[in-house]
Amino acid sequence: MRFEPRHSSPHLAPVGNVGRLMFAVVAALVPGTAAAAWFFGPGVLVNMAWCAATALAAEAAVLRLRQRPVRPALADGSALVTALLLGLALPPLAPWWLPVIGAAFAIVVAKHLYGGLGYNPFNPAMAGYALLLVSFPREMVAWLPPGDGGLDLSAVLHYSLAGTLPPGATLDALTQATPLDTLRTQIGLGRPVAEAMASRPDLFARVGGVGWVWINGLFLLGGLWLLWRRIAAWQIPAAMLGALGLLALVFWLLDPARHAPPLFHLFSGATMLGAFFIATDPVTASTTPRGRLVYGAGIGVLIYVIRTWGGYPDGVAFAVLLMNMAVPTIDHYTRPRVFGEEKGR
Amino acid sequence: MNGCPAWSFPGGLVLDGHKAESTREPVAAAPVPPVLVLPLQQHIGNPAVPVVEVGQRVARGQMLARADEYVSAPVHAPSSGTVAAIEERPVPHPSGLAAPCIVIETDGEDRPHPDCRPVPDYEALDPSALRNIIREAGIVGLGGAGFPTFIKLNPGPDHAVDTLILNGAECEPWITCDDMLMRERPREIIEGLKIMRHALRARRCLIGVEDNKPEAIAALEGALEADERETIRVCPVPTRYPAGGEKQLILALTGKAVPSQRLPVEVGIVCHNVGTAAAVYRAIHRGEPLVSRLVTVTGPAMERPRNLEVRVGTPVSDLLALAGARTTDITELIMGGPMMGFELASDAVPVIKTTNCILGLDHDPHRQAAPVRPCIRCGECARVCPAKLLPQELYWFARARDMDKVQDFHLFDCIECGCCAYVCPSHIPLVQYYRFAKTRIWAQEKERRKADLARRRHEFRLQRLEREKHEKEERQRRKKELLKKARGGDEAAKQAAIQAALERVKTRREQQHAQARNVEPQTEAQRRALAEAEERRRRLAGDSDGGDDDAV
Ligand code: SF4
Ligand code: SF4
Repeated sequence: MRFEPRHSSPHLAPVGNVGRLMFAVVAALVPGTAAAAWFFGPGVLVNMAWCAATALAAEAAVLRLRQRPVRPALADGSALVTALLLGLALPPLAPWWLPVIGAAFAIVVAKHLYGGLGYNPFNPAMAGYALLLVSFPREMVAWLPPGDGGLDLSAVLHYSLAGTLPPGATLDALTQATPLDTLRTQIGLGRPVAEAMASRPDLFARVGGVGWVWINGLFLLGGLWLLWRRIAAWQIPAAMLGALGLLALVFWLLDPARHAPPLFHLFSGATMLGAFFIATDPVTASTTPRGRLVYGAGIGVLIYVIRTWGGYPDGVAFAVLLMNMAVPTIDHYTRPRVFGEEKGR
Repeated sequence: MNGCPAWSFPGGLVLDGHKAESTREPVAAAPVPPVLVLPLQQHIGNPAVPVVEVGQRVARGQMLARADEYVSAPVHAPSSGTVAAIEERPVPHPSGLAAPCIVIETDGEDRPHPDCRPVPDYEALDPSALRNIIREAGIVGLGGAGFPTFIKLNPGPDHAVDTLILNGAECEPWITCDDMLMRERPREIIEGLKIMRHALRARRCLIGVEDNKPEAIAALEGALEADERETIRVCPVPTRYPAGGEKQLILALTGKAVPSQRLPVEVGIVCHNVGTAAAVYRAIHRGEPLVSRLVTVTGPAMERPRNLEVRVGTPVSDLLALAGARTTDITELIMGGPMMGFELASDAVPVIKTTNCILGLDHDPHRQAAPVRPCIRCGECARVCPAKLLPQELYWFARARDMDKVQDFHLFDCIECGCCAYVCPSHIPLVQYYRFAKTRIWAQEKERRKADLARRRHEFRLQRLEREKHEKEERQRRKKELLKKARGGDEAAKQAAIQAALERVKTRREQQHAQARNVEPQTEAQRRALAEAEERRRRLAGDSDGGDDDAV
């Protein structure tokens, strides 16, 4: 009897696949996303929907143009994850073109112009975010106050599509800066941190911003689940949160009036989302175990630097993009020694 | 347990063992088939050279083909009968090509050859005589790659052997032939081990067995005599693939990491498979050369998975029948295990000395997997790599055909265990790329050596032409002088000149011959050095059909 050899070893069906990894990431996003929608209203979900629709359409269109198979690429979920992360990073009340431009840029330029999945040096979601922040700073810093700003889904959709708000409401009255942003401005004005925080109980809770503590806490929970499932590399979030917390602690101990406490940094803004979901994007992160520690720590340090001395409300996106650039160098210097290779060789 | 040292090797995988299926019944002897097909190359090294003729009657254990040069092994008749042909037949090899084989029509008598006599007192023999007996018995590593055993029993003058390790880890899923051997014939293994220890003058012996084989461990423990327990230890190792990789097992048992690109003997360790030890026992105590072995026939496509004692040369189809295979259901027929074995193109190929398992799958593991995606740099492959390589980088450079870079990233430390490909979420056939790169580098090296030789030949030729030109001028000059002298009509001088010229031509010819002959290495020592270099390279590379000399 004859057979047709087609494959070389191993002859076991491989465990896992990219699609399963990506959908696990999506699942891990759910609790934090729910909290974000709870505190900042349905706009969060509307943004994510815009991003997802744009990203998938852009992915399909580019692949068709590049004459590559479309279906396996859409099925692997990588474009969806990019879109959801970008959507979560956008202000909850945004015109439709903001998520659309961001997602299209993320997929078309940041991902496919560099060769597509696996070849892109920059985290696509953060590239999209950075583009929007630089191009549309006014729209990008207008956040809603925690407690959904009183807008329901239809009002949000109205604003998103037509730019109109319910009668009597104005954008300026509805929106305000985030706690991170507010604190930075206040410190810039010379107000002590404790006083600034105490004066805005609507904005600042005990450790972070109102609502933000919950959102970050639940992203942390989802992230820990990813670590437990070994889907994300533990070194990156551990090093990033460690470096950010440590740096914040040192400066806070030195001068508590001018520096926010470490827990505030850890539980505000996009810290946890960044640590577990953004920085851990395998394609754009370092691949070696020691390299991942360096990479994560670098992001943590940069976040603190940008938040404290930079001109932007949050530092996650730029910190990640900057460290993306350093990845080849990091990988080069952290190559593990092969089995039995002598020291110093 | 019993104070066995325990270290841990990097990476590795916990796999579904599937060991129970084929260990339910004791080992049975497969009947001797009417026709045995014996490839001349069942080992690493030069193919054996036939010493029988077509039509000749042969007895069981009679040598059919002798070893050729140092790295080689003879082939013996597994049963009595007549040599029916010496010709090319399909052989079990990943290439699926045919190779020279000796074909024997058996006579059903299974008559032993009178020369097959036990060695009465091996301890009285010196190691080199012992090695020679083992070499003449055609014994090669039975764990997989088939490297001639006597070479690995020769540490050479520069190395003292501290530890002799027997590899009974058998870490690949489905394979259980070593397990059954340890359960049923522990004494043969221990006796063989003692012979090997004598040949190597090793201080202590460790038998490494994965802890998923408690029966085998108990059987070996039970078979050890009280006075043997001092120096021979049975050591359970945690069940984690590839615990049976040579370097992995050595690390797990001794804590010593064999340096990259080195042989274990350089750190005072030699490692043999348990099956090889049993074969050595049979050769010495029973006078039987290697003509049969245990083979696991298993897999989801078998009604009755089991272990069989099989004469080398038996067609795989016979074994499938004995295991009740549903042949039409078989989607992949694999020789070896699922991680490192290779697919067979036909079940007509024979079992050879290194065949440890015939695995019949009834589903297509590759089709089941989702399509291949680009590498997402997740680093899973590096996490599980037992050689601590960066498989994704190797893949990258192998794909780009950057053969220098791929070696910088230690391609030749890859043992082709398949862990990386198994965990890769993008389903990239990583090992295939590594094999491709290795083959290509070998081919390039061969080419380069050929080119070197050609260049040297060319230089020699230029030198020779130059010299000949000079000599010619010299000759003509002298001739002229002679002619000048002979102008007086001296016939004798003329004759003398012609004679001298002839002489010169003759010596020159002889010189050239001598030169050509000297290109080949002459002494045993030189040949040995060459063979050892070759062995080192091969072992580092892993054998082309994957892996180390021991059951992985
Ligand atoms: S496991 Fe596969 S996808 Fe992940 S880094 Fe290795 S080769 Fe790339
Ligand atoms: S096949 Fe080679 S690269 Fe892959 S895990 Fe095994 S040793 Fe490492």
